[in-house]
Amino acid sequence: MTHTAKSSRSSTRHPGAAAVALTAAAALLAGCSSSSDNKSDNPLSEDKANGSTVVVGSNNFAESILLADIYGEALKAKGIKVTYKHNIGSRETTYGLIKNGSISVMPEYNGALLAYLDPKATPKTVAETTAAINAELDSKLTLLEPSTAQDKDSVTVNAETAKKYNLTEKSSIADLKDIAKDLVFGGGPEFQTRHQGMVGLKSVYGLEFKSFKALDAGGPLTQAALKKNTVQAADIFTTDPTITKEKFVVLQDPKNLFGFQNVQPLVYKSGLSQEGVDALNAVSAKLDTEALLDLDAQVQLEKKDPLDVAKAWLKSAGLD
Amino acid sequence: MNVLSFVNAFFSDSAHWHGYDGIPHRVLEHIGYSLMALGIAAAIGLPVGLLTGHTGRGGNTLAFIATAARALPSFGLLVLMFVLLGLGLLPVMIPLVVLAIPPILVTTYEAVRSVDPSPVDAARGMGMQESRILLQVELPVALPLILSGLRSAAIQIVSTATIAAYVSLGGLGRYIVDGLYQRDYEKVVGGATLVAVLALATLAVFWAVTRLAVSPGVRRSA
Amino acid sequence: MNGFFDIPSDLQHSYLGLIGLHLREALLPVLAGLLLALPLAQLCVRFRWLYPPVLGVTTVLYAIPSLAFFVVLIDYTGQTELTVMIPLAVYSLVVLVPAIVDGVRSVPQETLAAATAMGFGPVRRYVQVQLPIAVPAIIAGLRVATVSSISLVSVGTLIGNQGALGNLLADAMFYHRPVLAVNSVVTTAFLAIVMDALLVLVRVLLTPWMPRGTRKRPKAAGAPEPAAPALEDAVR
Repeated sequence: MTHTAKSSRSSTRHPGAAAVALTAAAALLAGCSSSSDNKSDNPLSEDKANGSTVVVGSNNFAESILLADIYGEALKAKGIKVTYKHNIGSRETTYGLIKNGSISVMPEYNGALLAYLDPKATPKTVAETTAAINAELDSKLTLLEPSTAQDKDSVTVNAETAKKYNLTEKSSIADLKDIAKDLVFGGGPEFQTRHQGMVGLKSVYGLEFKSFKALDAGGPLTQAALKKNTVQAADIFTTDPTITKEKFVVLQDPKNLFGFQNVQPLVYKSGLSQEGVDALNAVSAKLDTEALLDLDAQVQLEKKDPLDVAKAWLKSAGLD
Repeated sequence: MNVLSFVNAFFSDSAHWHGYDGIPHRVLEHIGYSLMALGIAAAIGLPVGLLTGHTGRGGNTLAFIATAARALPSFGLLVLMFVLLGLGLLPVMIPLVVLAIPPILVTTYEAVRSVDPSPVDAARGMGMQESRILLQVELPVALPLILSGLRSAAIQIVSTATIAAYVSLGGLGRYIVDGLYQRDYEKVVGGATLVAVLALATLAVFWAVTRLAVSPGVRRSA
Repeated sequence: MNGFFDIPSDLQHSYLGLIGLHLREALLPVLAGLLLALPLAQLCVRFRWLYPPVLGVTTVLYAIPSLAFFVVLIDYTGQTELTVMIPLAVYSLVVLVPAIVDGVRSVPQETLAAATAMGFGPVRRYVQVQLPIAVPAIIAGLRVATVSSISLVSVGTLIGNQGALGNLLADAMFYHRPVLAVNSVVTTAFLAIVMDALLVLVRVLLTPWMPRGTRKRPKAAGAPEPAAPALEDAVR
């Protein structure tokens, strides 16, 4: 690093050597891209089907990072080499990256993934969901065993709105029918164009909100906006520890718009050995909603590092 | 991929032309944020720059403040202000104002400092009050440079105001941030084009203001 | 795990590692921008008609928000450091070309005539006379480009944790840890101030003929082009 600083300074000291320096810098720049392409741990180099290193990716929210850590550490426990690629972005981005093999493992939510692949599907069971996804998935990808842990998108209202319109945990999204026009809805920008989002809320429940406010994927912006009543209803993940903390009310989803949302690893087939598949299936067998709630709270409320939380859970589950 | 085809698709989609997410509304929001930030920054930077430039004192302090303000990363400041203050306009205004103050402050100071001392001395000799010297002699001569400082600040604000969208406000950044998460390049390119157009329009406005406001005598000698 | 220097594991770097990464992502583009700007500026000095269109194009490029630039580049260069560095190199170029052109043009005619009379060819005259005299202007441009570049790297956090110290900002939000945002802003500002001071030092070393401690750059004969002050303070 100091090397860069030094070279930028010395190049101004001897302006005559500009041509030499130009070549050197070109080599430096080229070197930094090509060398990283050759390195096996760069997740964005070409198809690394037979690479010995497994790249575990995560979306842009805290729980996804935590789940990626759990998967990665479980693989490491089996002696598999792992690199992480965290906070990549929304599914709209990560799906493309796993499809071309830049990433080999992503924590996914089966219903949300299905809605991305086929917005019209309405599976009745977890097994049907998995089957429907595998039918739509790119042939290079596969879903491993689902866990029972569920984390759904939701329509959640704040305490103020719940009180004003008499909404409780037993109320349903359909109860918003007449009042939606007075409510501002908040969620991640991608929620606006997703079927499991504003599109489905309109087509399935017939809800037309006053407006949509683009925030983040169930993150601090959404929590803050809902708490402050900037939005009256929002997409909050059902495992979010702020729900109980801020007395938010999650509405029932009788038409199952948000479907099943089991945590389930999405895998680039040739990027993961059978041993790795077994390790991730063992994780899914142990992970349930209660555990996930607890782990999320450790990270987001107790401010523990997600990697430490992941390791501790694997140890307690006997998977380390 | 062809950037031009994205631009074309973006602007020909009629859905992009009405409602709260329509182009007219987003452009107005963007102009609103920009004007507010420029107004606040000018309200702070102009008087301080004029006074320090007139008295010639505090130049080093000013340079230090400007360097420090420039060093603060706008995006970092935005996120920091959001985590500290929560949602709202204030977390966006703070980084934009911090961004705009150095060019306004420094150019105004330099502009007043570089005014030819002989007319100032003449005015003082005629018994003019210091405040009148500043406003009636120094200011008109320094005006072209002061306006260039304001222009520089305005261009930066227009381009940077896009970050408001990251903390859920509107403006043209909405298209860029939404496009990133929805993986919709049409929106990203369309939003960026609108920002560039707005920046060029800002240049044009300042050109016109300079033409109208700067006295012909000053213009000729400058 | 909530201290100032407790960097979350998902960033996969130590505090010092993030600083190193940040400097590399910020400074390589400035270097690339400088090396492209030197010949381009010389062309603009040589062929006067070239300068206005070059200025026009660079002004438009400069107005494009960095995030939009990043996002469009993702398709070509992926979510990599390179995607962050290319726009920063372009912004540096935009700041440096006018700075160098004005600096080189500010060399007095007599000086050039003297150099020619001493038998200097155009290349030697450019390298040994014009560029050294233009050093203060070039350094002024480099200072703006460097500080701006260091600030803008942070935005890279939005395209898959490519923002070095800026990645702390995303984590500050994910994990509700404001202290990480404070760390990011303070460290980034510190780096910018240190690099700025280093460049001032370089200028003092490179221009021993100038009186020390002068803050203003000398205005040699010939008024600078009107576009110069517009970009001089351009930091986003």
